Amino acid sequence: MILDVENLTMRFGGLTAVHAVSFQARRGEITALIGPNGAGKTTVFNCITGFYRPSEGRLTLHAAQGPVALQKLPGHRIARAGVARSFQNIRLFPGMTVLENLLVAQHNRLMAATGWGIGAVLGLSRYPAAEAAAVQLARHWLEATQLLARADDPAGALPYGAQRRLEIARAMCTEPALLCLDEPAAGLNPRESDELAALLLRIRAQGTSILLIEHDMGVVMRISDRVVVLDHGRKIADGPPAEVRADPKVIAAYLGDGDEDEAA
Amino acid sequence: MKPAAALRDAALAALVAFGLFAPLVGLRTEVAEGGLALRGRWDDVAWLCLLAFLGRFALMALAGRRLHVSVPAWLHRASRYAVPCCLGLVVVLPWLPFVERYELDLGILVLTYVMLGWGLNIVVGLAGLLDLGYVAFYAVGAYSYALLSLSFGLSFWVCLPLAGILAAFAGVLLGFPVLRLRGDYLAIVTLAFGEIIRVVLTNWVSLTGGPNGLSGIPRPGLFGLAFTSEEGGFADFFGLEYDPVHRVIFLYYLILGLALLTNWVTLRLRRQPLGRAWEALREDEIACRALGINVTVTKLTAFAIGAMFAGFAGSFFATRQAFISPESFTFIESAIILAIVVLGGMGSQLGVAIAALLLIGGTELFRDLAEWRMLIFGAAMVVIMVVRPRGLVGTRTPSIALGERRAIGGNYVSEGH
Ligand SMILES: Nc1ncnc2c1ncn2[C@@H]1O[C@H](COP(=O)(O)OP(=O)(O)OP(=O)(O)O)[C@@H](O)[C@H]1O
Ligand SMILES: [Mg+2]
Repeated sequence: MILDVENLTMRFGGLTAVHAVSFQARRGEITALIGPNGAGKTTVFNCITGFYRPSEGRLTLHAAQGPVALQKLPGHRIARAGVARSFQNIRLFPGMTVLENLLVAQHNRLMAATGWGIGAVLGLSRYPAAEAAAVQLARHWLEATQLLARADDPAGALPYGAQRRLEIARAMCTEPALLCLDEPAAGLNPRESDELAALLLRIRAQGTSILLIEHDMGVVMRISDRVVVLDHGRKIADGPPAEVRADPKVIAAYLGDGDEDEAA
Repeated sequence: MKPAAALRDAALAALVAFGLFAPLVGLRTEVAEGGLALRGRWDDVAWLCLLAFLGRFALMALAGRRLHVSVPAWLHRASRYAVPCCLGLVVVLPWLPFVERYELDLGILVLTYVMLGWGLNIVVGLAGLLDLGYVAFYAVGAYSYALLSLSFGLSFWVCLPLAGILAAFAGVLLGFPVLRLRGDYLAIVTLAFGEIIRVVLTNWVSLTGGPNGLSGIPRPGLFGLAFTSEEGGFADFFGLEYDPVHRVIFLYYLILGLALLTNWVTLRLRRQPLGRAWEALREDEIACRALGINVTVTKLTAFAIGAMFAGFAGSFFATRQAFISPESFTFIESAIILAIVVLGGMGSQLGVAIAALLLIGGTELFRDLAEWRMLIFGAAMVVIMVVRPRGLVGTRTPSIALGERRAIGGNYVSEGH
């Protein structure tokens, strides 16, 4: 197990966006989080990555150095503990080059190598070697995401699909234990979606666990090992893709509000 | 834009101008027998409205065309040699035949603002934090220097780093409470901080001398050699005839050195993770947090380092003037320094230097024009910002590249805040 979500509740004033949700993401697997619009998926992500402080519940990351209680940590510490994320609306550094984006992602490691800035200014440090290693890692992910040719272009100038891939590459440069992706296939054409699925499988194969929010059911059913379904802030199903797809509650949730009122 | 629409727009602008100027300019109270009398100045109002109308019309008519002046290719190629040439010129300036005391003083003034602009550029241009109270750190540096050297008799070279550290400390002090604020709120709080420092300096009479300021601040010497006519002074030691210009030349090289230090540190930091994190912060703070960057600490370092250079500049100011008072540290100073950074192109070292030269040198050159000076100054700034909305140097140079480093167009680079 890599992530254990227990009883997670998130309220915004009177609105309960996530209601007592519990699920687990297993190590080395792709766990998909699906549900209709407004179900609370992004809110769950924001709780896991420290952008929201959960109203109730526990979030435990089982990292290499032991369990970490995420709900208590500030956002940047969660990232350091090994959780990386992408955003539903892409958040790159548009005025910096693709390569620079990937180096910013390795900030903490590089910063340590510069002696927290002071050594670097004086030129007394092992910084050049650290930077070379960082560029090497960036190169690796640029190759994996087919962005190597555009390494020196500003991130803002990339086409949409490439920006999505760059966001994944940037998250991977933090060398995370858990990668959280918020709708990475949104706006991609079918060929790009296929490439994305292959990329995610490759990331899984090299040992990173993935938590995936996705509306594209083709991608979800093909690559996930486990699917968690949210609707109106509650968990309505949890299991292998084939099982979830056949679940009548899930079908009802996706078919629309009319059925739901009857069910409720 | 169509002429009809442009006309309508211009008429609207004239109407707004009328609404503004009718009470402001049109009605004037004058002292008359038995009290005040109201006098109309409607011809002036008419002129102003006409001016607004024509100006707006011209702007609208031109808006259809591309107004952005692009740099021609040959200039771009030549620009590689421009920086070393300019630097060489600046270094030999005191020895050029036409350079007298006045030109040297002007050079010192411009270099002070170049240094302040470079310092603020770290905060505003790189980290994207809009700071309207930068002069506060300048003041802290100047007063720290003055008080340290007056009360403890410490030499310039001891006081200078201490003043820098104290100013950086002030930067951290301001930073802690305000850095969770963004944009306009940050700007307002930094503005208030600048005013608070000035008010404290004015009212803490026992320490700072209040509005009378501090005078008799010791002058710096060169390795213990004072610039005086006495025996054992600089002139005597080198067997030269005493000349007060020696000290001015020394001050010139001192501020040149300090400014270049600022530039060097900034350029170095920009290629380091810290500088990259500042720029990333300007681009997207939320993404930075998701990548494990401690946003607060990173902003604080930008504030502290920016403030430290203001502190150095403040020490220099104090030692050069030998007299400081709160009047030297008003909001208008912050505004001028910020104007230099914005006009130069945020984040660009070269642009900031050019802008400082234009703004400070320019206003000095037009001193004869008296109050028209500010009008010309304002108009020139408006024109520059219309023609080059990203500042004189609007592009960003990447800090690292796999292949060739290509400048990034200003339209991609965010302005932060
Ligand atoms: N910061 C917030 N303040 C108030 N309400 C919020 C906030 N964030 C989310 N919500 C509400 O919480 C609910 C769930 O939103 P969320 O963004 O998590 O949905 P989602 O499952 O990601 O939907 P989508 O598929 O459209 O991205 C929505 O009703 C939304 O309006
Ligand atoms: Mg969402």
